[in-house]
Amino acid sequence: MAVAPAKTRKSERRQKMGAAVTYPLDWLEERSGLVGGIRYFLFRKVPGDTNWFHTLGSATLTAFLVQALTGAILAMYYQPDPATAYQSINHITNDVTLGWLVRGMHKWGASVFIILMFFHMARVFLFGAYKYPRELNWIIGVMLLTVGMLEGFTGYLLPWDQTAYWATVVGINLNGTAPILGPFLADFLRGGAEIGGDTLTRFYSMHMLLIPGLIFALIGLHLYLVVRLGVSSPPWSREAAGGLGAGADYEAPSGNGRVGLTEPTARSGYRRNGDE
Amino acid sequence: MEPQHGDRPHLSGPSLYPIAFAAGVACILVGLIVSPLVIAPIGAGIAVFFGYLWARDATMEYRKTPEPIEPERAEAAQAAPAAPPIPAHEGEAAMPEPEPGERFPRSRFLEASTLGLGAVIGGLVTVPVVGFMVVPAFKGQGYPSVDLGPLENFPEGKWFITTFFQHPEAGNVSRRTVYLRNNGQLNGEPSFTIISNRCAHLGCPVQPNGPIQSDQKAVDKEKAGQRVTRIPMIPAGGFGCPCHGGQYDPEGNRTAGPPVRALDRFNFSIVNGHLVLGAPFSVTHVDGEGKNAKIHAAKLAGPGQHIDGWEQVFYPVQPPH
Repeated sequence: MAVAPAKTRKSERRQKMGAAVTYPLDWLEERSGLVGGIRYFLFRKVPGDTNWFHTLGSATLTAFLVQALTGAILAMYYQPDPATAYQSINHITNDVTLGWLVRGMHKWGASVFIILMFFHMARVFLFGAYKYPRELNWIIGVMLLTVGMLEGFTGYLLPWDQTAYWATVVGINLNGTAPILGPFLADFLRGGAEIGGDTLTRFYSMHMLLIPGLIFALIGLHLYLVVRLGVSSPPWSREAAGGLGAGADYEAPSGNGRVGLTEPTARSGYRRNGDE
Repeated sequence: MEPQHGDRPHLSGPSLYPIAFAAGVACILVGLIVSPLVIAPIGAGIAVFFGYLWARDATMEYRKTPEPIEPERAEAAQAAPAAPPIPAHEGEAAMPEPEPGERFPRSRFLEASTLGLGAVIGGLVTVPVVGFMVVPAFKGQGYPSVDLGPLENFPEGKWFITTFFQHPEAGNVSRRTVYLRNNGQLNGEPSFTIISNRCAHLGCPVQPNGPIQSDQKAVDKEKAGQRVTRIPMIPAGGFGCPCHGGQYDPEGNRTAGPPVRALDRFNFSIVNGHLVLGAPFSVTHVDGEGKNAKIHAAKLAGPGQHIDGWEQVFYPVQPPH
């Protein structure tokens, strides 16, 4: 008899605490739909017989986020000037607290990022996950590979030591041997006829502003398509994968998705197509 | 109710106007580099002209005068009582009829003007920014003359590793190296062999294959930021590149490895008894040696770019240097 009321009180308190925790979430959900959005973003049908190979994409994303974070912090100490770039790298490595660690993460993480991209690409290729309806995501992935390697090329110059300098000379001159436009491409990359201070600052800007922005945008598209189409089943699996929607692998093309964009809508008063 | 134009939606057929428009834009871009006052305006003219034609072509459907529909409607109105009503699940959704005689409805005009205005604003912002990014790389590029010092610093027949600042105001980052030798007098004029150290493969610095007498290094007094150094050396085995193994003889002819031509050379002049370095130029090959060498010269090209043989068709235009 004495136990029951105590139990009820505890339950009430727990309920109140639960409500206190969920109230802000409900508040957010009611105003933005973000809580459900996270569910929509992260929850997918994944076959039971999938394996670790399906984690390579997230691993690549993680590697990129590490690069973005460590790169942003390194930019607080690095000086993209021909006279001081090398000294500032020395300063980061030897003087700044934990600078050796952050620079090391960025330097080695760059290789990890590229290697993981190739592993991820191999997984997609060998599993046949690039096939309909995911061709576009393969194309975006190839773009990501290309701009990712551009990141490697532009970042390699920044330590401004002998290896960096001559590797960049060779890299730019390789671009210069492209037919017709090669000589112009090389001058554009150098910011002139010869490597100099402009080359360093322009590579710095490309490395930490232009290309990362492009990569973020492409990753956004890449993930949008993953959310829309879901993951693919491994070749050996008999289970359907895909989005949450009724087991469908993808949304059936509706055909009228272009209404209002490339097809005139009725509101304009023009109905030029006889159907629908 | 039947659609006003009782046929399938008309997609405009293939048109050459977009291509001509693109050619005009390309002409503008090339003109900005080559001759901003002549070629670029021509390109602008081409782009505007064909852009107008393209826009006219693309909007022809919308601007076409609608067929007279008033009589039909009157007829339809008369026939309406007799016709059975169309069931709700059939036919087209009830949409407001276009005003008779209205050729270009307000909503479409607003749509087009919003898009057009956005494009104009975007272009106004983008064009100068892209120009700022691209054009400086091609403007004012060149190789100003460099005073390498009095002639007596370069005894006849001796090779020197000579370094100098191509752009003294830029400092150390513009330090370049040439290998030069005084060949003595030729027809009463001093003759010099001045070879660039830039490998004709991919631009690494070639090194002399022979002893370098670093202990005899001479540094000229700094003048206006310029700093010239001379190190005697004997390139008995010619020159070799540390990066990918290209080999050259002492006249700069390729003897082995991946380079596509001989080493570049520099023009020179003698001013008030001083050796003055001029602009570099590319060389296919050199016959003979020393002051009697016959240099097969060409316009300066980047490393790895062919300047002879059939492959030269790949590099028809060089940026202005």
